[in-house]
Amino acid sequence: MHNKSRLLIRAKIIQSIRAFFIDRGYLEVETPVVIPAPVPEAHIDAIETARGFLQTSPELCMKRLLAKGYTRLFQICKCFRDAERGHYHLPEFTMLEWYRTEADYFDLMKECRDMIKHVVHELGKGDKILYQGKIINLSGEWERLTVKDAFTRYTGTTPGEAVKAGDFDEIMVTEIEPELSKNRPVFLYNYPASQAALSRISRDDPDVAERFELYMGGLELANAFSELIDAVEQKKRFLEAAEAKIKKGKAPCPFPEKFINDLELMPPSAGIAFGVDRFIMILTDSETIDEVVTFTPEML
Amino acid sequence: MYNASDLRKGLKIQIDGDPYIITDFTFAKPGKGQALYKCKLKNMINGSGFERTYRSGDTFEPAILDERDMQYLYNQEDEYCFMDLQNYEQVILTSEQVGDVKNYLIDNLEVTILFFGTLPIGITPPNFVNLVVTQADPWVKGDTSSGDSKPVTLETGYVLRVPPFIEEGTKIQVDTRTGEYVTRVKE
Repeated sequence: MHNKSRLLIRAKIIQSIRAFFIDRGYLEVETPVVIPAPVPEAHIDAIETARGFLQTSPELCMKRLLAKGYTRLFQICKCFRDAERGHYHLPEFTMLEWYRTEADYFDLMKECRDMIKHVVHELGKGDKILYQGKIINLSGEWERLTVKDAFTRYTGTTPGEAVKAGDFDEIMVTEIEPELSKNRPVFLYNYPASQAALSRISRDDPDVAERFELYMGGLELANAFSELIDAVEQKKRFLEAAEAKIKKGKAPCPFPEKFINDLELMPPSAGIAFGVDRFIMILTDSETIDEVVTFTPEML
Repeated sequence: MYNASDLRKGLKIQIDGDPYIITDFTFAKPGKGQALYKCKLKNMINGSGFERTYRSGDTFEPAILDERDMQYLYNQEDEYCFMDLQNYEQVILTSEQVGDVKNYLIDNLEVTILFFGTLPIGITPPNFVNLVVTQADPWVKGDTSSGDSKPVTLETGYVLRVPPFIEEGTKIQVDTRTGEYVTRVKE
């Protein structure tokens, strides 16, 4: 496919995403890109500017809006993550995030599927998409696979053992991801509590967090949470993430105090971050993320 | 010192005292997880390879390699001797290290020798080398049965296919990157 047609489809996809959320009563917002305190996460590095940090995700600001009383929000924006560059990674990329009060991660699985099917159909495609020589079938219910079952199915270990050995991510990337979503999208859910990030711990099982990731065509496309609204617990996790950073010899970013204060007022909600560029890769049958953006950092 | 984020295809690093070149590289990172740097590495001394996934926090010593232009002197059994024309220093490479370059080694040929510290580990011949044909079947005009090429032997013992009009005693140019005949050399 010519690059010109990719950019044309890119624009259509983004317009179609917008239309989907507006139609469902979501309010489109723009939160600041330069912020004083990015989300403290052990494995995500923010890029510092002269007057703050470039957001790694709009998550904190969007949740503060939920705390102010907004109930359905979405945003399509640029996010920045230092030193992330590969076939599926750009240090500056386009993220779609949406948040809903009175919902949990299962509601978002359904809404995520609805959104994807809406966009695919708007592009004039059916339920079968050809991506890199393989058919992805979008019809029917999409598979939901717990992290625990994925480890049982594809590895010789358990999520708990892998976390203990410090191999969780490596096993995920080398053993599980290549087997996932070959022909159908898969929701991988119930991550170990230690990998909860900003999600709440399951009421039914204290060992797992109410978090899912959507895989499609072998790509990690989205990450979602039933949001953690316990400010004390969230503060504890942020401090642990900052400590993990210090251990790696990296300077932690300023603490997002105002977010923690507002979290007290946030109602039970669910939120999801969705990689727009990767979605466009799948819908334009592109092998690398480079093919779906106007310019890569190397071209500038 | 390199960090994991410096890793890329073509980078040369030291592992257990040996120089390695990264022959294939993939960056992988789960959104919330740690960055993983999947590498295929080749030992630049013995050619053995392996695959390993590195993580952020891993560090690497660069493999400092040096190239020197040297002249081929002679070979004795398994040893090939080369001399640096600047300082007359001589080095020995094994038959295995010289490999296919043997096909082009004639006296006084200038080659590039790759050094890891003081250790010679590789050799690159010039892109084009002129060599004399020492054995060739005569060309029978009008004979089309042998096709448009025939095998000949060069002064180094190298056998390659050339156009049928090349005769014994002719000097020809060979592309050392492909091992193929380029042209007849007029002297």
